[in-house]
Amino acid sequence: MTERLVVNPIECDGHGACAELLPEMITLDEWGYPIVDGRPVPPALDRDARAAVSACPTLALRLLRS
Amino acid sequence: MLANVRGIDSTTALWYASRATGVVALLLLTAVLLLGILVTRQGRLPGLPRFAVTGLHRNLSLLAVAFVAVHVLTAVTDGYVNIPLTAAVVPLASPYEPLALGLGAVSLDITIAVIATSLLRRHLSRRVWRAVHLLAYASWPVAWLHSITASSDMRHGWMFALAIGTALAVVAAVIWRLAAAARDVPRAERVGLLMSAVHGAHGRERTTRR
Amino acid sequence: MTTAMRGTSAEGTATDLPRLLPASQQPQEWHAHAARYGGRVPFRGAPGRLIPDVREAGLTGRGGAAFPVHRKLEAVLDAATSRRKTAVVIGNGAESEPASDKDATLLWLAPHLVLDGLQLAAEAVGADQAILYTHADRRHDVGRRLEQALTQRRQAGVERVTVQLAQAPPRFLSGQETAVVNHLGGGPSIPTFIPPRPSERGFDGAPTLVQNAETLAHLALIARHGPRWFRQVGTAAEPGSTLCTIRRADGTARVTEVPLGMPLRDLLGPVTLDGAVLIGGYHGTWLPVAQAVQLTLDNHALQAAGARVGAGIVITLPPDSCGIAETARVVRYLALESAGQCGPCLNGLPRMAAALAELAGARPRRQARADLERWAGLVTGRGACHHPDGTARLVRSALVTFAAELDRHGRGRCSGTNPRPFLPVPRAQARTEEDWT
Ligand code: HEM
Ligand SMILES: Cc1cc2nc3c(=O)[nH]c(=O)nc-3n(C[C@H](O)[C@H](O)[C@H](O)COP(=O)(O)O)c2cc1C
Ligand code: SF4
Ligand code: SF4
Repeated sequence: MTERLVVNPIECDGHGACAELLPEMITLDEWGYPIVDGRPVPPALDRDARAAVSACPTLALRLLRS
Repeated sequence: MLANVRGIDSTTALWYASRATGVVALLLLTAVLLLGILVTRQGRLPGLPRFAVTGLHRNLSLLAVAFVAVHVLTAVTDGYVNIPLTAAVVPLASPYEPLALGLGAVSLDITIAVIATSLLRRHLSRRVWRAVHLLAYASWPVAWLHSITASSDMRHGWMFALAIGTALAVVAAVIWRLAAAARDVPRAERVGLLMSAVHGAHGRERTTRR
Repeated sequence: MTTAMRGTSAEGTATDLPRLLPASQQPQEWHAHAARYGGRVPFRGAPGRLIPDVREAGLTGRGGAAFPVHRKLEAVLDAATSRRKTAVVIGNGAESEPASDKDATLLWLAPHLVLDGLQLAAEAVGADQAILYTHADRRHDVGRRLEQALTQRRQAGVERVTVQLAQAPPRFLSGQETAVVNHLGGGPSIPTFIPPRPSERGFDGAPTLVQNAETLAHLALIARHGPRWFRQVGTAAEPGSTLCTIRRADGTARVTEVPLGMPLRDLLGPVTLDGAVLIGGYHGTWLPVAQAVQLTLDNHALQAAGARVGAGIVITLPPDSCGIAETARVVRYLALESAGQCGPCLNGLPRMAAALAELAGARPRRQARADLERWAGLVTGRGACHHPDGTARLVRSALVTFAAELDRHGRGRCSGTNPRPFLPVPRAQARTEEDWT
């Protein structure tokens, strides 16, 4: 089972907390909104990805199974 | 009240522990509320990353319930006055100070609901979670009133100053929060607003024809 | 909108076109429809039975995305079966694209064909409810025509599933799939996040099929004549015909039905080779005429040039109009039509509009072009709907196709001599939440 990070841009307020916790896969654009790597999350980053998801104040960031 | 005429001994230790943890819990809940408002307004704490604000908000709230738990258990175990355990969550269940303790129960109920839904946040819709979470604004004043009414010490001296301090801080933060809400541009109007802002940036639209 | 003269099939193609529009160009009442296509709706008797025919026919959606129709039908039927929830079918005639007139024309001239398709789609996915969604603000009173058509059908006794009519607010986004579902469910007419897909959980929580009005008309004919007949025109990869809105440089516009794969040279008619055409509408692509006349109207051929058929809009830019100024007006409109709910779309589109307005003027800053390139990249794929993607596609193609003109603007010159706006753009309105309700 692989999981991918998905951001719901309607809910995302551009807090940027996710990018701090998972800089390997999330960067912020010039307006502070996350650019998310849509490839499967590698096992080594699994913990950080979960931390980023639970740190998102608006529940915009999710891990979806694919 | 009673505390003034008693020294600390093995029988009164629980009573003192209960009051001390109660005061700390109020301070923690105040901090949690202020941090919650800071999260919503996307504020930062100096020198800390963004996720620290959310993290502190969350972890301090867990710490606060831990203190409330000790606060309740010590008050119940203490034999000096008779408080049933149910009084912790059921308002008016205590023969001793039913009103003051009732406020404490209400506040604890709300706080438990806020924390339980937050821990299960991933499984809830954002709407439901938020609706419950906003009850935090009700739980804090109730907790404050509980502190003031249950303990006469809180009505005098430095403890009173502390209580007033927390209230002022919360009122100020809530005003700051409402100011942001008032400035919130309705979704439908955001694009138009930004449009006029960026169009102004580099001079007005010029057209030249050959 | 500009006046539309309705054409018949493409000149010089040996086909049975037009299939959808009446050759007479007169609105088809029930008796005329019955005389042409037969007085019964060719129901198959059970859900799912039509789907193999649709798969074999290779029908794709005509609302812009060209998604295979059988896959959507299957997805909705599967969801309805596994969730034990009866499906809902929505015919999308919102046609929110201002340059397009094909759905309104189809609904005006051949309403019964679309309504046949709606019934058949409902049967295919086992729906007990159908809604036909139309644009409130069209030249023709499509809503009244459809009401009459429904009365005639009820009298003829051909309706199985009750059809409700609903109107879309006159906004660009109102035809987007999730916005349609959102609005019909009582919400604002703006997109929602996927997942969940409407096919999974749409109107009233039910598995929902949203299909463009023209797609439904093709479906009705496939049910009647079969997939082999459908494939008699078009290419092997993209069979069938498609309705197009053709706007010529002289300001005339017409809706015509052409086979997919038709040479653009034939579709465009007389053009000057150093001009430009816009293919696919306001989410489409500018191409130099010289390049376009080498291509055919199908996604396979257009893809190589970075274009797509979209909803079949083909517009020739008048030689005396400035392509940058025209694009700037359209992008300004598109930016103002953004729902403003996704950060990249909210921030990117107005900035792109401003940069284009600057480029449309004299001696724009050098930075403006680079900014546009960057922003077009930044917004693509980052909204809840494809609105930013389509807008970025238009902008990027303008930067390439009008590169020489941009250089001219840099020197303070412009080859456009006619400042009159050409591309139809609704007047900008003040935006409030009510506009979406
Ligand atoms: C596990 C425990 C908790 C978690 C994970 C949590 C999480 C959050 C988050 C993510 C926000 C930001 C909401 C937004 O911007 O949409 C927030 C706001 C807030 N939280 Fe908590 N919280 C927790 C416990 C509490 C408790 C116990 C209180 C009670 C004092 C509280 C009071 C607040 C307040 C007042 C706000 C501001 C709400 C607003 O005005 O929008 N939270 N919380
Ligand atoms: C911004 C936007 C506007 C759209 N407007 C329309 C429209 O007006 N009519 C339409 O049929 N499809 C429109 N679509 C496409 C729909 O989302 C959807 O794909 C289509 O209705 C599905 O039908 P089809 O598969 O038969 O094409 C729009 C899409 C976007 C992104
Ligand atoms: S933490 Fe959440 S709200 Fe903040 S940028 Fe990331 S996804 Fe958006
Ligand atoms: S991408 Fe733009 S238009 Fe689409 S839903 Fe988001 S804000 Fe609205």
